[in-house]
Amino acid sequence: MLVSEMKPDEEILDMLDMAHSIYLVGCNGCAEVCKTGGAKAVAAYRKFLETQDKQVPGICNVDFLCNKVLTGTRLVREIEPIDRSEAILVFSCGVGVQVAGAVVDKPVFPAANTISMGGHFGLWPGAEKCAQCGNCVLGYTGGICPVTGCAKSLVNGQCGGTTRDGDCEVEKGRPCAWLQIYERLKTIDRLDLYRRILAPQDKSKLMPEVKQRKTLYWAIDQDVKPKE
Amino acid sequence: MNVSQLQHKFENRSFAVTGETGPPKGTNVNRCLHRAEKYLKGRCNAVNVTDNQSAIMQTGSLATCRLLMDLGMEPVFQMVCRDRNAIALQSDILSAYALGIRNILALTGDHQALGDHPQASGVFDLDSVSLLKALCSLESGRDISGNALDGAPKFCRGAVVTPGAEPVEPQIIKMEKKVEAGAQFFQTQAVYDIKQFETFMKRVEKFNVPVLAGQVILKSAGMARFLNANVSGINVPEHLISKLQKDKEAAKSGQTGARICADFVKEAKAMCQGVHLMTLGWDHLVPDIFEMADLG
Repeated sequence: MLVSEMKPDEEILDMLDMAHSIYLVGCNGCAEVCKTGGAKAVAAYRKFLETQDKQVPGICNVDFLCNKVLTGTRLVREIEPIDRSEAILVFSCGVGVQVAGAVVDKPVFPAANTISMGGHFGLWPGAEKCAQCGNCVLGYTGGICPVTGCAKSLVNGQCGGTTRDGDCEVEKGRPCAWLQIYERLKTIDRLDLYRRILAPQDKSKLMPEVKQRKTLYWAIDQDVKPKE
Repeated sequence: MNVSQLQHKFENRSFAVTGETGPPKGTNVNRCLHRAEKYLKGRCNAVNVTDNQSAIMQTGSLATCRLLMDLGMEPVFQMVCRDRNAIALQSDILSAYALGIRNILALTGDHQALGDHPQASGVFDLDSVSLLKALCSLESGRDISGNALDGAPKFCRGAVVTPGAEPVEPQIIKMEKKVEAGAQFFQTQAVYDIKQFETFMKRVEKFNVPVLAGQVILKSAGMARFLNANVSGINVPEHLISKLQKDKEAAKSGQTGARICADFVKEAKAMCQGVHLMTLGWDHLVPDIFEMADLG
């Protein structure tokens, strides 16, 4: 299953930046198990955000956020509070954040870093969508992942290799993820996020600690006892 | 201790000219060194050395830079992020300084799938923006993990931009990020459309950073069409293609290409701070271009 951990509060507040009204979307699937999602975790975060001078016009928890159809159908019924929000904070793995970004025209921000997708997968085949990099940057990229989408996994913008058709230099028919990110950020009027310089990915996060891998088949084979 | 003469040129606000040489695949470096000495030395203010250009494995940029220095030329060490991890990049930056190299051009690098080793892994621990930040960090006496250095380097830091990209806005935003990350000058992708270049220069004027207009000498109408069709951000206008087509002999000898380049340089002089000549083996035309474009 997907293993995620909450981003530090400071990072989340930094991402949300000028946004005052934040709509919260939680996942009741793997993220609930990791306590990065689920009704309880999301409600607790609402309280925290309110202490930070933010408003929360609404909350929606979806059973499996990675199911695009399910999420789309559910969020359509939340259009009114979503419209009143400046940003959407998503409590799920990187796949869920991308689903939310794909179905709503609002800036989406990840509340968690995805560490591992070992074992049972979510419902939207995720390996192509989330690299479990542990340094989720979806909040700066309009909910489109450059780590999986860009052939070079660049985090600071388009290279010089985009073709006239908007494809990646590597393969015809493979869209340039950074061009998609640019178009998306332009649509939601957040090109300021493109201007941010992001730190290089911390590759040490690709090797999660044993205690974080306790749910993986590997760890079950090793008879590692789940403990908090 | 030697300092970057190229930087000096920028500070004096005089028009800079840089050349470029590509090391060979193999150990016979003498040919490229000899050509650089014969045609670029004494003309170009500095000579770029490409770093496994187009992801094709060649003799290294670092070593070739030092060999150029031994012949009395100032090199620009091109560095791509594809082949070295964050440790090796920083280590090579320190090595470059120890060897007397004072100019570095920070590039992301073409994807390995485009070269002759598609089976190799692409590293990209850093990108062009974070490589510039790493340079600044090393110059401040710390590596990117924050550890203190025993002696800090000092470089003139360059980067690249593509004025002909469509859309051009993401290029300009990234250029702004590179300036913020420490870029002190820019070399552009080859530009042929002077109007487009002028518009671009007006948009980036506010960054207040020297820009060298990139020039690749056109060898034939076929090459121009190939560039238009296959190289992102290159637009050779139709009237230049007709010029190349009109006199096939003149195009073949390089006269037409050199003339097109010189004409562009003459017009660009009023718009930017220099030119970067990417000769792709036609270095022998550089003296002619200098003469036709009235370069010092």
